[in-house]
Amino acid sequence: MQCQRCEKYPATVHLTQVINGEKNEVHLCDSCAKEQGYMNQEEEKFSLNDLLSGLFHMEGSGSAGKLFQGNKQQQKESLQCSGCGLTYQEFTKAGKFGCATCYETFNERLDPILKRVHSGNTTHHGKVPKRAGGDLNLRKDIEKHREKLHQLINQEEFEEAAKVRDEIRTLEEELNQDKGGDS
Amino acid sequence: MSLEKFMNEAISPWMRHDGPDSDIVLSSRIRLARNFSSQPFPTVARGEPLEEVLSFMDEHFTECSFREYEGLQLVKMDDLQPIEKRVLVEKHLVSPHLIEDRENAATIISENEQVSIMVNEEDHLRIQLYFPGFQLDKALEQASQLDDWLEEKIDYAFDEERGYLTACPTNVGTGMRASVMMHLPALALTKQINRMTPAINQLGLVVRGIYGEGSEAVGNLFQISNQITLGKSEEDIVEDLHSVVQQLIEQERKARQTLMNRSPVQLEDRIYRSYGTLRHSRVITSKEAAGCLSDLRLGIDLDFLKDIPRTILNELMVLTQPGFLQQYAGESLDPEERDIKRATLIRERINLEDDN
Repeated sequence: MQCQRCEKYPATVHLTQVINGEKNEVHLCDSCAKEQGYMNQEEEKFSLNDLLSGLFHMEGSGSAGKLFQGNKQQQKESLQCSGCGLTYQEFTKAGKFGCATCYETFNERLDPILKRVHSGNTTHHGKVPKRAGGDLNLRKDIEKHREKLHQLINQEEFEEAAKVRDEIRTLEEELNQDKGGDS
Repeated sequence: MSLEKFMNEAISPWMRHDGPDSDIVLSSRIRLARNFSSQPFPTVARGEPLEEVLSFMDEHFTECSFREYEGLQLVKMDDLQPIEKRVLVEKHLVSPHLIEDRENAATIISENEQVSIMVNEEDHLRIQLYFPGFQLDKALEQASQLDDWLEEKIDYAFDEERGYLTACPTNVGTGMRASVMMHLPALALTKQINRMTPAINQLGLVVRGIYGEGSEAVGNLFQISNQITLGKSEEDIVEDLHSVVQQLIEQERKARQTLMNRSPVQLEDRIYRSYGTLRHSRVITSKEAAGCLSDLRLGIDLDFLKDIPRTILNELMVLTQPGFLQQYAGESLDPEERDIKRATLIRERINLEDDN
């Protein structure tokens, strides 16, 4: 079967439309089908990155339609990362950060993005690296001890509570020493 | 290269061991995304910073050992032929992304191929650790220790509020992607998997084909992994994944039992037809081969077929991929030639079992 539009190439796209009970068949070759808009090339190339950057653009507008409009309506962004030179506009376009400093630079605008990607979460609750985490591990440890202390006091287990209190003191001394060492 | 030796290379040493529930779960993997705090990420960096990351890794970790992960070796992508790079992807040692013309890209692989640390992928480091069967907890524990060991020398990009900083906002926080590769022929055959996928997605987990993002589920192999990396601890993420996988295992076993009870002859017929196809075909596409191999593996799991090792599915799935076929042939092949070569290779491999 030949393409019914150009009558040159074999028809590869076959479409049957039924409108108000009336059947209409269309047989087109690849290029005619594209010209007539039966095959949307844009859609084929739509990737995760596009989706992500689309999400960033939705900022404040709340309309899903904007997802596909690109950045025409975008205001001029002067925000630029001092670490790698990435601008906010470039960040939203690529959907990727350029360096660790980007997180500080764009910090104020990150919460809505992270919420969307991580089911409403914006803060880390997982592993803390031993060195890069600094005294965070220690501070978290003290926090845990304090909770334990409260529990013990509530349960009137004062002997145990005294032990935990001493442990907290030791940990706090350690923390202060660390800080002293830094300055 | 002898066929047997080639087989030895197609299947990573760790795959030879059976893990828990390995009739359904082929492997468990933990991947951690990490970056150097001092260097721009590979998403924007060109030249020097990436070179520095690569030479740092080369200097500090080549020929090192961490526990049983011995003989770490750095393989630069620039030193490999296109077919060799494909083979690494097909063996899941690197991501398809790493071999796409990235600057200073490399991977550090342990001798047993359980550890693979990709360098200068989207992030400076992507630490991967594989275990056979269903062993997510163990994989997490060991991956975390490996991570600590690396951190002794590397200054990681980490922020108290946001966690481990990554190039893509979808990885920030734990930087962890935990995944399992599952063989679910009965759930696929009864089309139950189509109904389960949306429910799994709602739990913040993703179901996809074995070669990652956007890949089709060939051979009834599915990869299930966590989507969310921020706001939950590594242990909680793994636990959530664990419980879903546990349910999938139960459902798959139930579906297999139902098939056995309701239509045992039809099932046996299907398995033996696929076995016949693999044994005798002269031309076979990778898609047909994958389908038949899935049936064959099901036949082994259900005791219809004896004396064929279970690992034949993992092995032949990798072996019949385009990169491996061409590596074996020692030349590049067009798709038609590949289909012929694939059929030959499968026949030879199955005959090898007969001789033993």
